[in-house]
Amino acid sequence: MLQQIIFYALAALTVGSAAFTAFSRNIVHSTFALLGAFMGVVGIYVLLAADFVAMVQLLVYVGGILVVTIFAVMLTQGIADVTVSNREVGVIPALFTSVIGVAVMLYAVVRTQWHQTPVPAAAPTTYAIGNAFLGDYILPFEVASLVLLAALIGAIVISRHEAKE
Amino acid sequence: MGGGITLYHFLVLSLIVFGLGMYCVLSRRNAIGILMGVELILNSANINYLAFDFYGGAKGITGAVAYHYDGQIFAIFVIMLAAAEAVIGLAVVLAIYQNFKTIDVSATETLSG
Repeated sequence: MLQQIIFYALAALTVGSAAFTAFSRNIVHSTFALLGAFMGVVGIYVLLAADFVAMVQLLVYVGGILVVTIFAVMLTQGIADVTVSNREVGVIPALFTSVIGVAVMLYAVVRTQWHQTPVPAAAPTTYAIGNAFLGDYILPFEVASLVLLAALIGAIVISRHEAKE
Repeated sequence: MGGGITLYHFLVLSLIVFGLGMYCVLSRRNAIGILMGVELILNSANINYLAFDFYGGAKGITGAVAYHYDGQIFAIFVIMLAAAEAVIGLAVVLAIYQNFKTIDVSATETLSG
């Protein structure tokens, strides 16, 4: 019973914030509503016994991506004209496409008999994940560091001011 | 999980978040708004990864239940790629803003011939 209350509270937080992000006409409000969506998803991860991933989500999404997004919003908009810059076009086609896509996937999800195993007891996952990263997943782990380095350099090259004289 | 929460609850939740992210991507003209929709979609994908990992990841070997963390590891890779995508995307947005003085994606049609 308690599990259900916690799940529905977190789901309401996530969906409500995501809806506010999607439907708000003010881009600054959208950005701050994204915080609620990310925090709700952190709670969902904890509910799924993924403590390490939840903390990574908290650090990377809330601490990194959200802050960078807020920076970009503040740097590109004059605060005065925030309301006009978020005009939406094709609301009806967008809504139509989304509803159709979600309906098809909902049908598929509900109709499928998913393979389910007995739920394991919640246990700390950090040790096993660390071992997996330095064992079976060592190659993707190293490629990931290359990707991050390329993204770092690419972001600097793209966004710096070209001094032409 | 004891309280009657099943795999389907999490799948439907992630589906709703995906739909909202898709609507956000399709309806926005603001480039940063589109990137926020992409973040919502990636989050819903991660919920799916972790739900399948939790409800289908255990492997019963002669009574004992061994737990596999492949779904969680993929979720961490998705988070890593989302961070890289956000950084590059926002750098592109800032570069567009410097050139066009707007981030309205329908105004940046120089390449459309």
